[in-house]
Amino acid sequence: MRSEYDVVVIGGGPAGLAAAIKAKELGMSVLLIENREFLGGIPMQCVHPGFGLHYFKEDLTGTEFIHRILERFREMNVEYYTNAHVLEIVPYSYRHKILRVVTEEGLFEVRAKTVIYAAGARERHMFEIGITGHRVAGIYTAGEAQTMMDIYGVMPGREIVIVGSGDVGLIMARRFTLEGAHVKAVIELMPYPGGLTRNVVQCLEDFGIPLYLSHAVTRVEGKKRVERVIVTKVDENLRPIPGTEESIECDTVVLAAGLVPYLKVIEKAGVEIDPATNGPVVNSYLETSVPGIFVAGNALVINDLVDYVVEQGEEAAEGAYEFVKNGGLPALKWRKLVKGRNIRLAVPHYLADTKDVTIYARVAEPEENVKLRFPEIGKEIRLPLVRPSEMIRVKLKGEEIARAKGRITMEVVRDE
Amino acid sequence: MSEVRKFRLTCIVCPLGCTVEVTMEGDRITGVKGFTCPRGEEYAIQEIREPKRVVMSVVKVKGGTFPTVAVKSDRPVPKELIPKIMRELAEVEVEAPVRVGQVIVENVLGTGANIVATRAA
Ligand SMILES: Cc1cc2nc3c(=O)[nH]c(=O)nc-3n(C[C@H](O)[C@H](O)[C@H](O)COP(=O)(O)OP(=O)(O)OC[C@H]3O[C@@H](n4cnc5c(N)ncnc54)[C@H](O)[C@@H]3O)c2cc1C
Ligand code: SF4
Repeated sequence: MRSEYDVVVIGGGPAGLAAAIKAKELGMSVLLIENREFLGGIPMQCVHPGFGLHYFKEDLTGTEFIHRILERFREMNVEYYTNAHVLEIVPYSYRHKILRVVTEEGLFEVRAKTVIYAAGARERHMFEIGITGHRVAGIYTAGEAQTMMDIYGVMPGREIVIVGSGDVGLIMARRFTLEGAHVKAVIELMPYPGGLTRNVVQCLEDFGIPLYLSHAVTRVEGKKRVERVIVTKVDENLRPIPGTEESIECDTVVLAAGLVPYLKVIEKAGVEIDPATNGPVVNSYLETSVPGIFVAGNALVINDLVDYVVEQGEEAAEGAYEFVKNGGLPALKWRKLVKGRNIRLAVPHYLADTKDVTIYARVAEPEENVKLRFPEIGKEIRLPLVRPSEMIRVKLKGEEIARAKGRITMEVVRDE
Repeated sequence: MSEVRKFRLTCIVCPLGCTVEVTMEGDRITGVKGFTCPRGEEYAIQEIREPKRVVMSVVKVKGGTFPTVAVKSDRPVPKELIPKIMRELAEVEVEAPVRVGQVIVENVLGTGANIVATRAA
């Protein structure tokens, strides 16, 4: 092990692996640190297809997708640790960071010129979504249940209620059913399913699993293990309507209620957070407000597609390369990206005028026949359909950005 | 004249999820509309005649990095056979090492599809 690396990558999921591969290709010295016992992140536990359609132009399962990335990673001979958890990043100086890492052998410190933070997301737990009641055995997040079943071969339960109808919840419903468990219901707060229609069809309708829209699980009951959940109808403000309670017998509750960027480690280093993404504020190089700390993947913004995550990993590596080469990012004029009509979130937040950038955004409301507009630079893109659950990805050229005097607004308007 | 029936399906081939309408007279398909690309038409006809899906699961591994290896069928299999295939896979145990793409069960239940590994173990 060296005493100092050009870049240390935190997290061995798709974002971190892609970043490390790219950084190594660019000729930097790289160390990757992963806290699980294996590399690969979430896709290692995803046995279903739907991965890599953009990146590999093939529909792969999560496991196949990550296998391809890992092969490339091993070919590049990137140095890495597993079972190693980064506790803290100390921004020691502009050009140097110190990382404190715990491993089975004890604590060690490593110095880095730049850091790429790719620690993924954490799952929202029951206390965050207003479920009261007993903290008994049999309550799992989707990721925990998936890891038990699809990596360690242990069934989490037999009679299951799933909270959340995003693609994760839907896919889990199918997996449990195929493994012989009985999924009693999927409960969704909103009046419409959170996931893609094709997943509602092939994961619920194929198996006759009921979907409760505009309902919330409000209470979990049981003595030692979950025995039942109380499900309540909600009004248009998503508030439970008293008197509509219904009880569903089950031994397991699986929470698929969304992800939040996992920021514990970089928050302590002092990065600025955007309340819309719950991730850090970044510029076109995916650099955070702490110089030399870059971020990619679900730690930056929750992505539905692993392809975008990989793209962000590579982008962050290029940013780190520029930083190491120039002792900081080349001095530039930054344009602030401002959220206009029907834009709920957008990254990056600051755009460099000398570099092409890929913008990832989500809308607040579903709409049909719209235009995505950047009025200050006179750019318009027609979109047949926008939905909050589907990320919008759009590229702006450096010269387009340079056309704007100050800020650049991004907005969705009706296409009349 | 045989009875005319209409079926509305959601195409599951790609994330667009087009609604495809199939018209049948007796057991003859007389019309398919609503698809955006030819794969959707093909899917709808298949779905009416003999619905098929790719199956995915994990099987036990002896002596591997993990206790399981992820698998899938290398082509879609008749939907009605899926529970039976799953029960068959529950009995399978393979020896490590397993590489991605390795055939775990050949021609599963005579469907012509092989069950292949999608994770190394
Ligand atoms: C159930 C489910 C189904 C999905 N289905 C699809 C799909 O069909 N198609 C698709 O394209 N995408 C899908 N996704 C999304 C995709 O898996 C994610 O977008 C992607 O895995 C995010 O990659 P990441 O590298 O940012 O994070 P992760 O994959 O979460 O990797 C982050 C890694 O960092 C490690 N880590 C965290 N903190 C530390 C620390 N302090 N020190 C060291 N290591 C740390 C974690 O252990 C983890 O291994 C799905 C996700 C889920 C949960
Ligand atoms: S018809 Fe074509 S475009 Fe429409 S969902 Fe099916 S595959 Fe996708």
